[in-house]
Amino acid sequence: MLWVQRLWLRLQTLSSRRRVVEQLDDEIQFHLDQQTSEYVAAGMDREEARHAAMRSFGNRTLLQERTMETWGWGTLDQLGQDLRYGFRGMRRDVGSTVFAILIAGLGIGGASTVFSAVNAVLLRPLPFRDPGRLVWISNGENYSTQAEHYSDLREQNQSFADLAGWSGFYRVGDKELTGIGEPERLTSVPVSENFFALLGVEPAMGRSFTREECQGRYSAPPAMLLSHSFWRNRFASDPNVVGRKLMLDNEPVIVVGVLPGSFDFASVFAPGTPIDIFIPWPLTDKTKPAGNTMAIVGRLKPGVTVQSAQAEFTGLAKQLGSQHPERNPINPRLVPLERHVSGQVRPALLVLMCAVGLVMLIVCVNLSHLQMARMGTRQKEMAIRAALGAGRFRLLRQMLTESVTLSCCSAALGLLLAVAGTRELAHLNAFNLPLLESVRVDGSTLAFTLLAAVASGVLFGLAPALQVSAYKLREGLQDAGRESSGSSRHGRFSDGLVVSEFALACILLVGAALLIQSFLRVLDVNLGFQPERAAALRIDPSFRTSSLAQQNSFIDDVLHRTRSVPGIAAAGVTDVLPLGGDRGWQVSGNGQVYEKGRHPEAFVRVVSDGYFEALGIPLKSGREFTESDRASSEPVVVVNETLARTLWPGQDPIGQMMTQDGGRRVVGVVADVHHGGPERSGGSEMYLPMRQTKDYPEMELVVRTALPPDRLAAGIRMALRPIDPNLPVSTFQTLQDLVDKAVSPRRFLVMLLAGFAGFALLLASLGIYALISYSVNQRTREIGIRMSLGASERLVQREVLIKTLRLTLTGVAIGTLASFALTKWIESLLFGTTPTDPVVFLGVILLLCSAALVAGYVPARRASRVDPMIALRAN
Amino acid sequence: MGRPTDLVQGTLDLLILKTISLEPKHGWAIAKRIQQVSGDVLQVQQGSLYPALHRLEQQLWIKARWTESETGRKAKYYSLTAAGRAQLEKETANWSRLSGAINLVIQSAQE
Repeated sequence: MLWVQRLWLRLQTLSSRRRVVEQLDDEIQFHLDQQTSEYVAAGMDREEARHAAMRSFGNRTLLQERTMETWGWGTLDQLGQDLRYGFRGMRRDVGSTVFAILIAGLGIGGASTVFSAVNAVLLRPLPFRDPGRLVWISNGENYSTQAEHYSDLREQNQSFADLAGWSGFYRVGDKELTGIGEPERLTSVPVSENFFALLGVEPAMGRSFTREECQGRYSAPPAMLLSHSFWRNRFASDPNVVGRKLMLDNEPVIVVGVLPGSFDFASVFAPGTPIDIFIPWPLTDKTKPAGNTMAIVGRLKPGVTVQSAQAEFTGLAKQLGSQHPERNPINPRLVPLERHVSGQVRPALLVLMCAVGLVMLIVCVNLSHLQMARMGTRQKEMAIRAALGAGRFRLLRQMLTESVTLSCCSAALGLLLAVAGTRELAHLNAFNLPLLESVRVDGSTLAFTLLAAVASGVLFGLAPALQVSAYKLREGLQDAGRESSGSSRHGRFSDGLVVSEFALACILLVGAALLIQSFLRVLDVNLGFQPERAAALRIDPSFRTSSLAQQNSFIDDVLHRTRSVPGIAAAGVTDVLPLGGDRGWQVSGNGQVYEKGRHPEAFVRVVSDGYFEALGIPLKSGREFTESDRASSEPVVVVNETLARTLWPGQDPIGQMMTQDGGRRVVGVVADVHHGGPERSGGSEMYLPMRQTKDYPEMELVVRTALPPDRLAAGIRMALRPIDPNLPVSTFQTLQDLVDKAVSPRRFLVMLLAGFAGFALLLASLGIYALISYSVNQRTREIGIRMSLGASERLVQREVLIKTLRLTLTGVAIGTLASFALTKWIESLLFGTTPTDPVVFLGVILLLCSAALVAGYVPARRASRVDPMIALRAN
Repeated sequence: MGRPTDLVQGTLDLLILKTISLEPKHGWAIAKRIQQVSGDVLQVQQGSLYPALHRLEQQLWIKARWTESETGRKAKYYSLTAAGRAQLEKETANWSRLSGAINLVIQSAQE
């Protein structure tokens, strides 16, 4: 155990360092004194003996240092010394130090924030047990699969340990909670019995669903699990909530458990829609839901790959398709769950990561430049150090220590920014990005920040440090106040830095501009309805409407009362708002036959009269629904233009019959609505009159009004209270909010990228400003001479500006070429523009040049104001 | 004197260990002793003793104690540890082997 003792001794010399150093001093002093006394005894006089003793001892300082090195902390000693020098240097030049820390801090802060997001979404494993073996099984492009297929796949497949599913057709606010406080609409997700077990999620309190609970009626679940956030917010984390009976849609439901905080269904599977409760989803033969409704996740058996599972499922699906021609077609598509969750945002995050990298490079270039300028004033100091025996390596190390110290200070600032930034990100509910809630500064972010700091410190310190060591000693010692010939190299290097800054900024700006342009194009998309001044409120009656007549009188009542509220221009009811819901049916006109798999499909919306007007969906031909389209009248349907074209190409669709519900007559054609989001074109749609069906999941009241949402809510609630006193107190949702949410991932990307690009532009401008100012200052004398020889102010100004422009254009030219090569990588993120859009490129070039000219104009003006007399007398 | 001394200085550790193997000594006394015993052949620069001493101390081959010297002043006395004694034996053996080998080479060259 000798090494333990050695380590101990070593640590001791470190901890009681001052005492150990004093002892060494004493020890050597004792030696010298002994030697001196010996010489004195031999007959020398005292002073002479002292000198002789010192001579025979050798270089005391050096030997003392050597001895200290044997304690094994030599590197640390030197580091401490370098740090002291570094801080001294920073204090001496507070202005530029603060500036450097600020810009590097902003850069590192941005980088760390983006890294946290990347870490949460792309790097950190999903919060489930062994998430690498979880697979998302979708049905073709579609989300969901028929329950019958699910059961058969689950029984017959060999690849998966198990499959589980949930209803892809839950809606926000499906269930109504009454009996405790104000009535409230809850969002519930029906899940299969084994869902939590498959993911490896254990309830934090209570238990999961039992088999019996999963065999009841779908509409009346016997039990429910609370999500952690709902439990915390609605029940104030009441530990006694398990076992309580709550009234859900007027039926008692027992709370059997509370899910753990780490399980956030919404952030993984349905970003942007918080889930309150989970209910069992009965999948027995009697209660199997109809249609494509199941979202399926599977857990692979150990050793099975997604590819082989995919092959098996393709085979199984073919088999099932021929065995059960009566079922919906199935085309299973298997993707690792992690890819499914992060897939959509992956390109955007990668682009952000690259952007941050570029910003950091620009920051480094800028700081490099700043350090160089500071080195310029410290050449003498360095030369003296070198003359006193500091080795080149030692000087290099000192310079790097200084820059890394600086960047570590920036990292501290950056970390603060990152903490604030990630907190902001995690609370951006308006953005429906997956896993956003779990964005935070954690160990890996800390490590990343530290790494970024050290790397950028070395990077921006290296160039100036190398310059210094290349600098000739003699020149440094000569009192060269002016630019000497040795510095032209230095000048070229600075020029190079500024050029590269502009090139980098150009790439970043082109990327940002392309994405901003895409974003504007997305906002410009004609959605097919007018979101402005439209708002929606969920109004499902809290009582059960048993007959169509009862339901229709409720609808009549609601619409009459709503329209009587002052300020309401139009009102209608729908089962699903635009940009949401994907219930689709196969459709055909009377007499049309399609082969299986090529059948047209249309999205189904169930709406009342006034809906098209309230949403601002233009009627193209025929008529809208009226109050008299009732159960007793002829079944009718309104189609959109795409569906009309699909079913009756070249014919007048009005009056045609569709096979739906035993035959529906087309009475009107309306414009296409982008229901899948602004970036996807609409597709076929059909609208059924609400008074002729009960087959719809919810009721949304849509109004067109100029009233602000809160006044509106109060008015409508008052108007509707007499029909339904239990109307839940939820607020109106403006349609504009819905649109904003749909474009939020893009807005998120554009906001961050525009921020980075702006920062880069600022840095590049500062860089060129600093360079031109510096060169003007250095050339004051020369300018003075030339002006006294007759050069006009204008000529001087023009010269400075030309230099500015020359550097800028060189940088921009390189940047433009690089952008041309690089922007094709972000093509998948663009909308309505091309990676080489000339307007964008031209705009960016103009922007950069004008920014550079503004930055160059200030020093140019100063140069032209040089008074020849003063300039010549200086120095 | 040149080269030979350099060689010897490489084995300064061995000299120090040997010098204090009999009784604890302080730095100056060690330097003095080496000089005297070698008949002033080994001119150790006195100061270079200290890095060596401290290195040996860190190796735990020697240990130091502050005690009063003959003049009454406190001095740092070094003495061998058990590990140091083992090291000394090892290095002595090494040295004998090496010098023996060198002798052999030199003698055979003379023949």
